Amino acid sequence: MTALALRLRRSRHLPVVAAAACTLGLLLVGSLYSRNFLSADYLLLQLQIASFLGLVATGAMLVILLGGIDLSVPWLVTVGGVMSAAAAGWWGPAGEWLAIPFGILCGCLFGIVNGIGVAYLRVPSMIFTLGINAVAQGLIVVQTGGFAPQDRATPAMHLLATGRSLLGIPNPLLVWIVVGACTLFLLHRTTLGRAIYGVGNSERAAYLSGVDTRRVTLLCFAIAGASSAAAGVLLTGYSTKAYQAMGDAYQLPAIAAVVLGGTHILGGRGSYVGTVVGVILITLLQSILSVMQIPEMGRQVIYGAVIIAMLLMYGRGRRHSQ
Amino acid sequence: MREDWRFRLREQRACWTAAALFVLIFALYIAKHQTGWTVPVLTTAANKGVLLAIVAMAQTLPVLTSGIDLSVGMVFVLANCLASHLVVGTPLQAAAGVLVVLAAGALCGWINGAIIVYGRLQPIITTLATGAVYFGLALGLRPVPGGDVHAGLADALTGALPGGVPAMLVVLLAVVLLVWVPFRRSAVGRAALAIGSAEAAAYMSGVNIGRTRLVTYTLAGLLASIGGLLLTFVTYSGEASAAIGGVYTLNSIAAVVIGGTSLAGGAGSAIGSVFGALVLRTIGDLLFVFDLEPLWQPLFQGVILLAAVSLGALRLLKVDNRLDLFK
Amino acid sequence: MDPVLELVDVSKRYGGVRALDRAQFACAPGRIHALLGENGAGKSTLIKIMAGVVQPDEGRIVLEGSDRRFVHPQHAVAAGIACIFQELSLMPHLSVADNICITNPPTRLGLIDRRAQRRVAEAALARAGAEDIHPLAPVDSLSLSRRQMVEIAKALSRQPKILILDEATSALTAADVQRVYGLLKRLRDEGLAIVYISHRMNEIAELADECSVFRNGRHVATFEAGSQSDAQTVEMMIGRDIAHAFPPKPPPRAAAETAPPALDVRGLSWGGRLHDIRLAVRAGEIVGLGGLDGQGQREFFLALFGVLRGVTGEVRQGGDPVSAGSPRQAKRRGIGIALVPEDRKTDGLMLPMSVRDNLSFAALDRLSRAGVVIASAEAEATAAMVRRLSIKAPEPGDPVATLSGGNQQKVVIAKWLMNAPRIVLLSDPTRGIDVGTKQEIYVLLRRLAEEGAAVLLYSTDYAELIGCCDRVAVFFDGRIVRWLAGAELTEHALVASALNLTAETLH
Repeated sequence: MTALALRLRRSRHLPVVAAAACTLGLLLVGSLYSRNFLSADYLLLQLQIASFLGLVATGAMLVILLGGIDLSVPWLVTVGGVMSAAAAGWWGPAGEWLAIPFGILCGCLFGIVNGIGVAYLRVPSMIFTLGINAVAQGLIVVQTGGFAPQDRATPAMHLLATGRSLLGIPNPLLVWIVVGACTLFLLHRTTLGRAIYGVGNSERAAYLSGVDTRRVTLLCFAIAGASSAAAGVLLTGYSTKAYQAMGDAYQLPAIAAVVLGGTHILGGRGSYVGTVVGVILITLLQSILSVMQIPEMGRQVIYGAVIIAMLLMYGRGRRHSQ
Repeated sequence: MREDWRFRLREQRACWTAAALFVLIFALYIAKHQTGWTVPVLTTAANKGVLLAIVAMAQTLPVLTSGIDLSVGMVFVLANCLASHLVVGTPLQAAAGVLVVLAAGALCGWINGAIIVYGRLQPIITTLATGAVYFGLALGLRPVPGGDVHAGLADALTGALPGGVPAMLVVLLAVVLLVWVPFRRSAVGRAALAIGSAEAAAYMSGVNIGRTRLVTYTLAGLLASIGGLLLTFVTYSGEASAAIGGVYTLNSIAAVVIGGTSLAGGAGSAIGSVFGALVLRTIGDLLFVFDLEPLWQPLFQGVILLAAVSLGALRLLKVDNRLDLFK
Repeated sequence: MDPVLELVDVSKRYGGVRALDRAQFACAPGRIHALLGENGAGKSTLIKIMAGVVQPDEGRIVLEGSDRRFVHPQHAVAAGIACIFQELSLMPHLSVADNICITNPPTRLGLIDRRAQRRVAEAALARAGAEDIHPLAPVDSLSLSRRQMVEIAKALSRQPKILILDEATSALTAADVQRVYGLLKRLRDEGLAIVYISHRMNEIAELADECSVFRNGRHVATFEAGSQSDAQTVEMMIGRDIAHAFPPKPPPRAAAETAPPALDVRGLSWGGRLHDIRLAVRAGEIVGLGGLDGQGQREFFLALFGVLRGVTGEVRQGGDPVSAGSPRQAKRRGIGIALVPEDRKTDGLMLPMSVRDNLSFAALDRLSRAGVVIASAEAEATAAMVRRLSIKAPEPGDPVATLSGGNQQKVVIAKWLMNAPRIVLLSDPTRGIDVGTKQEIYVLLRRLAEEGAAVLLYSTDYAELIGCCDRVAVFFDGRIVRWLAGAELTEHALVASALNLTAETLH
């Protein structure tokens, strides 16, 4: 292998570069199928769609960086959607804008419970968030009376999800950009960000260095809950109504996007830029598969195979003998 | 010699706890049930419970090696769809169909293992992705629910044996005796525990890590496909439902934890997972039988699940060296 | 006598680093051959090649006259080479018998024959002199010393012709150490070839028949044990003359002192493991904690650092009572305690993270404002630390995992010095570190003390305790049983106090 290739292989940036290359590759493949793929309109639309996943992936990444995993995404997304619409129903016109933070707050509360379970009760995150997912489902069932949610989204929510208020940029994308910028800043420039990487690398060493590792964990799960709920609020705004299984389609893609973006699934390593690229990659992949009208079966198979193929390129572990 | 019993008991303590819990909950269920301890009630309970129990057994194996298999639910569904095509016709054809279904499950498991071992990818993301692939294949086999299954075989296995014992329980026992026990008592089964306990130490000691993992994941796939096969006998059809696959995967993890196996690996038993699965199933039925408002049942189930997996937190009260909290 | 195992012209590179450069080694049956050298000298690599854990890039391995290749540790074991490493190769959840027979257990009908396995385990334990260990006990229920004995039993169960021990006695109690010495001599007399790595000169003197010195991956010399003095040996190891191993100590102070002690501990107890500890350290003092491993020294440090719950007693700093409920509180400016843990790889460092990130990790509060890290301050402070401690790291952005053991330990210490702590607790800081870096650390500790910090040093190395510390508190069973200072501070006294023997019962 050439010296450049060897250096690239070992570089921290390989995942991001590889993911970006694959994204471009997908665009090219798509453009072969239809000229529209490279049009600005289409790309903006893709970014808009990607924003929903991007919000969820932001929270998912923080938890994965810590070395955990958040399997409560499906129903926390629904919590965000249902509760914000419900708040709109309770508070009427006064709740037009308040419904949004309310929905997010509900998700955040669940996230805090996740954090308490994982950080303070020391229950493995996989199983605790699973349980919270089930509890969230139960609460939503009670809240909606078992029927499909009837409450409608507020005009404000609808604007946030579908409007283009600034320079023609879709609002959800603006939201993602703002959230993303904050996350980037958080991870790279703040003490909390360092603590997150530290805990993900070795919670013991971080604790012995004087970091309040449990509080850091709690915060990350709270943010993850909030971001899932935020995506739910936007989704409800988009379709003007919440619906029962609205979050199911986000769990696996969020984790895949984070991992494809180079974040190590066991935590401690990864950059947010990679996650952004991963989200766009997954979104494009899903769009191409649907545009090509490949039946659902083919989509699932290709989806899984692409993830494995990409990880084999740059996500491999080391041999035992090294 | 007396010391021996003490050690062996300690080893299986979690198993016994899960078994006791199950007996307690099931007794409550039967007591409150309108009909009570009758063959139809037991058979229905067994038919539903054994399915999850076997998938939970499948999940236990990778967990012992400190891995996880998020595709068990999808292999379960895939096997169901495949069986609805193949386990039909003459007894010979049906038998061949059974073998093909089991082989397919083992193959799925082997693929998981191969990617993890040779590709050196983490189990969680590997099985997440292969799960999608297996589900896609299931969809290809059964875009809409349908199909059939050998009626005689299905009736026999979902019914009861003379004496009132549900046939499914016998199947469960057979699977435990023919798959789990030989695995556990063999060198490769112990190697799996070794890997989960301390992988670097196991490597240094000469344990063949790659081969052990391959066997583990292959067996997991095989067990999941047995579950899928049995599902076909219960529902008389094949259905590619992502919801069912997802529910079985996640419940299998819950069952493993309730059954006393640590997700960190190194110690545990599939028998505990079996009881964990039966506990989960029975709780759902219990809420129904106590006339709990249907509206509140999902919430209660969720809360109980959460409480069950958080029980381990009680031992934290005794911890006086906080460093022990962090592994 | 003909050598049973020979390594001829063996070389091994790790990336750009040459771990072994045409190294030569030969061990003969019926002899104990000691391997000496600094860390990075190639001893561990040599051992790993012999044990089949790594493969040499060049060179030959000759076993009983024929060339061999060991692609996997199992091959070496099958060929009769058993190795006991520093990191134990035991699986904590499994029983002792399971661990001993982990590969090639006796089987019946494809399943493990538990009774036969138990017999094998009992025989191995008996041979190692550890009959008191129950074969069915899970390894995680055993103390570190017992686990090491199981490790030895496991190695012996394969009937090896060659036994290699890499710092195998570091965790053993005194009694077990004597047992192992006796065992090794017995095995040598039975005809085994034994290769022994240790940093303790007194062990080498006790056991070795011949010694080989390695330096910078090359074989320097092989000589009969006892034919070279300690000083000559160390000179061969580090290639330069060392005048003094330890920096000079200040003269003992007068009894009357007006300022309150920097650290004053009274009646500190914890959960049955620490009893009524009383200890006072003045600024400028280096106080040592002695005694056998596991007598409460580590727990005492953890108690001071805020890690333990339920600690009773009084801790004062400069006269004012303080209480630290967590490491976070303990390191704060008002209290200023730093703890350098004994296991740097798991407790002291985040290996994949860069040197710079590791250095700044405990001091981020000082290098940031309102939660935002000031990059320039961080870069400056970390660079200054690297200079101050002479940390050899090519780039501050390199992962700390690429540094040698000695430099990694310097990073851990430097990390804490960034906070300018008033009390520095060090737990076995020079374990597994080369002689050169050890000396640098001793000089650093003395300088820290002179600058006004109170330094507590827990060490299992007697020479270190005697050479570095002004006073030593010997722990036994969670209590301080003896204070030693000045002329009383001798190896003899340390050993006796560690076993809680009074002067009379010694003779």
